[in-house]
Amino acid sequence: MYLLTFIVKRLLWLVPSVFGIIVITFVISHVIPADPVRLAAGDTATPEQVAALREELGFDRPLVVQLWYYVQNLVQGDLGESLFTGRPVVEDLLGRLPATIELTLVAMIFSIVVGIPLGVVSALRRNSLLDHVVRIVTVSGLAIASFWLGIMLQLAFAMHFDWLPLGGRFDGFPPPTVTGFLLIDTLIDGDWEGFGNAFSHLLLPALTLAFPALATIVRFTRAGVLDVIQSPYVLHERAMGFPPSVIVWKYVLRNALVATVTQIGLLFGILLAGAVVIEAVFDWPGLGYYAVNSIVMSDYNAVLGFTVWAGVIYMLVNLAVDVVLVLIDPRRSAA
Amino acid sequence: MPPLLSVAGLRVGFDTDAGRAQVLDGVNLEIGRGEVVGLVGESGCGKTTLARSILGILPRPPAVIESGRIDLDGTDLLTLPARAMNDAIRGRRITYIPQDPLGSLNPVFRVGTQIMELMKWKSPDGKARRGRWPGLFTPYPHKRRRADRARVLEALRAVQIPDPEAALRKYPHQFSGGQRQRLVIAMALLTEPRLIIADEPTTALDVTIQAQILALLRRLVKERGISVLFTTHDLGTAYELCDRIVVMYAGQEVESAPIDRFFAHPAHPYTRRLLESLPRPDGSVREIPGEIPGLVHPPGGCRFHPRCPNAGSECGEHRPPVDMPEAGHALRCYHPDPMEPPR
Amino acid sequence: MSGFARILRKIAEDRVALIGLVLIVLLVLVALFAPLLATHPEDVWEIHPELRLLPPSAEHLFGTDRMGGDIYSRILFGARLTIVIGVVAVGASLLIGVPIGLLAAFYANWFGDLLMRISDVFLAVPQVILAIAIAQTLGPSLPNVILALSLTYWPWFTRLVYAETKRLQNEVFIEATEALGASPWRLIVLHILPNISSAIIVRISLGMGFTILTAAALGFLGLGAQPPVPEWGRMVAESREFLPMAWWYALAPGLAIFLVVMGFNLLGDGLRDVLDPRLRKSPGRRAAAAVRRGS
Repeated sequence: MYLLTFIVKRLLWLVPSVFGIIVITFVISHVIPADPVRLAAGDTATPEQVAALREELGFDRPLVVQLWYYVQNLVQGDLGESLFTGRPVVEDLLGRLPATIELTLVAMIFSIVVGIPLGVVSALRRNSLLDHVVRIVTVSGLAIASFWLGIMLQLAFAMHFDWLPLGGRFDGFPPPTVTGFLLIDTLIDGDWEGFGNAFSHLLLPALTLAFPALATIVRFTRAGVLDVIQSPYVLHERAMGFPPSVIVWKYVLRNALVATVTQIGLLFGILLAGAVVIEAVFDWPGLGYYAVNSIVMSDYNAVLGFTVWAGVIYMLVNLAVDVVLVLIDPRRSAA
Repeated sequence: MPPLLSVAGLRVGFDTDAGRAQVLDGVNLEIGRGEVVGLVGESGCGKTTLARSILGILPRPPAVIESGRIDLDGTDLLTLPARAMNDAIRGRRITYIPQDPLGSLNPVFRVGTQIMELMKWKSPDGKARRGRWPGLFTPYPHKRRRADRARVLEALRAVQIPDPEAALRKYPHQFSGGQRQRLVIAMALLTEPRLIIADEPTTALDVTIQAQILALLRRLVKERGISVLFTTHDLGTAYELCDRIVVMYAGQEVESAPIDRFFAHPAHPYTRRLLESLPRPDGSVREIPGEIPGLVHPPGGCRFHPRCPNAGSECGEHRPPVDMPEAGHALRCYHPDPMEPPR
Repeated sequence: MSGFARILRKIAEDRVALIGLVLIVLLVLVALFAPLLATHPEDVWEIHPELRLLPPSAEHLFGTDRMGGDIYSRILFGARLTIVIGVVAVGASLLIGVPIGLLAAFYANWFGDLLMRISDVFLAVPQVILAIAIAQTLGPSLPNVILALSLTYWPWFTRLVYAETKRLQNEVFIEATEALGASPWRLIVLHILPNISSAIIVRISLGMGFTILTAAALGFLGLGAQPPVPEWGRMVAESREFLPMAWWYALAPGLAIFLVVMGFNLLGDGLRDVLDPRLRKSPGRRAAAAVRRGS
């Protein structure tokens, strides 16, 4: 029951936060020196045509009024039309969402599945060769520019060895859309070749995206385990003869994960941001790619829509993380 | 009949940056069947190290067991393989009541989960396993689980936890300190051990609760004939609980006597100072002059001699042999005080 | 100053922090002496079409770029840019973030709440995205990138200062000073700032790494300094159309970014161990070994 109230409370907080995001982005995107209307109208438009378009789009009204209309439309799920694709921004975003989610999720799952055991083992074998290697990898993971790492991977695996595709999401016609995730849709279609195709496209961008996340997860898991292992309850469990593997993988790990899970929430923001750059490197047709293009085109409805979405997704993920934290550590529900 | 536990000539060192600290310097200790022994000494005298040596949970390194034996019912625990020690001794023959009841239950698991985990591995109905190291995926037979659960509920009632069924579903932070102490005592009793090692189990609690829990613990172990090694720096709690008291000073045992004789006729100069340092009714405390020696370069012979008013030249050269002024009263001192009650 | 000497000595004892410090000192030296160290300093603005895309050689240590510029020399001058970006952006975030954090901690009412909520909202939008939006709307240029980074990084300082100040306020000695009637300003200058400075220094070092990395990403997307300014992220972007042939073109600037960011991260971690006793390396090793062995 407390969990439900907790979730509802946090969801209510979303409203002012989203409003804050809109105000910030709105203000920023309306101090544009470049004139989006002129760009949208094209080079050949007469001043009268530009003025007409300006009025049609509502750009002649004061900022506050524009903000009011925007929020009003937003409540109805309308983010306006893209100035360039001419389609509703919501439609554009929805169409590209699965690609980004697939990429981010695969990267996230990879870094969790590999990172947590690696962090535990390197904590238990502190100062061993493995631990030193892991530390070098984690330090570099947070220092390497992801666009550069992506290019280096392309250089090695796509260009030099020609093992994996350079970019894109799929060669040929994609399978019929069910979930929008190609890895799943190809399986539903029973198309194993297509699955391999999708997977080979996904591999390099997902690894690039996962690298900094992996580093963070390993680092916090390692620190958490080292911290927990000195606690009196672990001494008690050892003194009572619990099997060592049960102590480590059940009783130590869940305590150590509190720090790691908190980080996973923050990481998601980094992943989402990383996706923008990495999608550009790998021509991955997702939200990030769309955002970069919209920015280059001064398509501010699209930019605004994307930012609002990114903020909301990020906040929802962090809400989920907080719920998981309460589930892991019951003491939190009291706080 | 030989004693249940006998520690002989145990020497344990800790490697530190400054060199090796000789934390236990040839300690001898015997615990009879059903006997409750209090191990008394100031902090840093090696009580906890001795307790952990018996349990086999010393952190090695930095700890090094240099020599000695620890025999439990004729088995030398120090030569037992790690696996056998963990499967057959810890949690089965010897259990543990921790120092800090607040921190000694895992905060993120229900109490029931933790107690049933103990029973899964250590239930008196289950046998120590052979073959592969037990792990996360080792099954817990349903039938035994049900029997164990009944046993757990009974144990919780025995330590006076109200509504044991509900208690199993709660998390540690939902219990008071005294209740948590009762829970870890229940855990220590559940597996029907021969020996319980209780490492200053009540220091974190306030005095009235402390007294209740000590009385309860004494009753329960006496009913079951379990031996207890109870470490404490507080002679008062030792008096409430123990049959016999062993005094340690800087890694050496100096005197051991049954409880009545101990308080009536203490003989070792350190024991007497310890008794005199108890707070008096007027609230004053008489401190023992001098300081506890460093253990990296400890004084030779009897380690108490630099602070001892009776010390002679031989005290610094050889450790005094065991002297038995009376049956059950062992003493290691060349110049004991006259055996009369302290002021 | 003895405190500073002590910190330096401790850093020297910590191998990891020392590597970080060495990398950063190298960066500063390279930036200062770029004109002397560069083999072709004129290549920062001159073009030599006849020399374009030459592989590394004794004459061109890291090869040449699409304009025939010497990549080695351009990277050296790029170091100056990197330092300016990092110092100005982190400095500005510091000037925005620290006062807001202090205000929020001292006004424990709706005003303090509001300030923290605002900083939360800034943190809710992924920084790179916000920075991209800002840098784009203001027009692609170096000052705008720095501005964008400052406008997005300050909440980190605010949160840190807020948390640390709140912690200090709960500690006895601050309460005592407050009870004695010290003015808030006196309290901040004499008691709060000195006590949170180590946490801030650590954050500055980590922030430099993060800011430089983000700036490189913006440069890569074409939002930063415009050619022929030798900005490292932009150099990586330029190299893409000449891959895989001109592999050196992409390699060198990326490595430069990596080493510098690594330097700041290592130093930040090392400083944390040295300055912050609460986070000092734990002696968990022994317990870990014991649990693993099953004893």
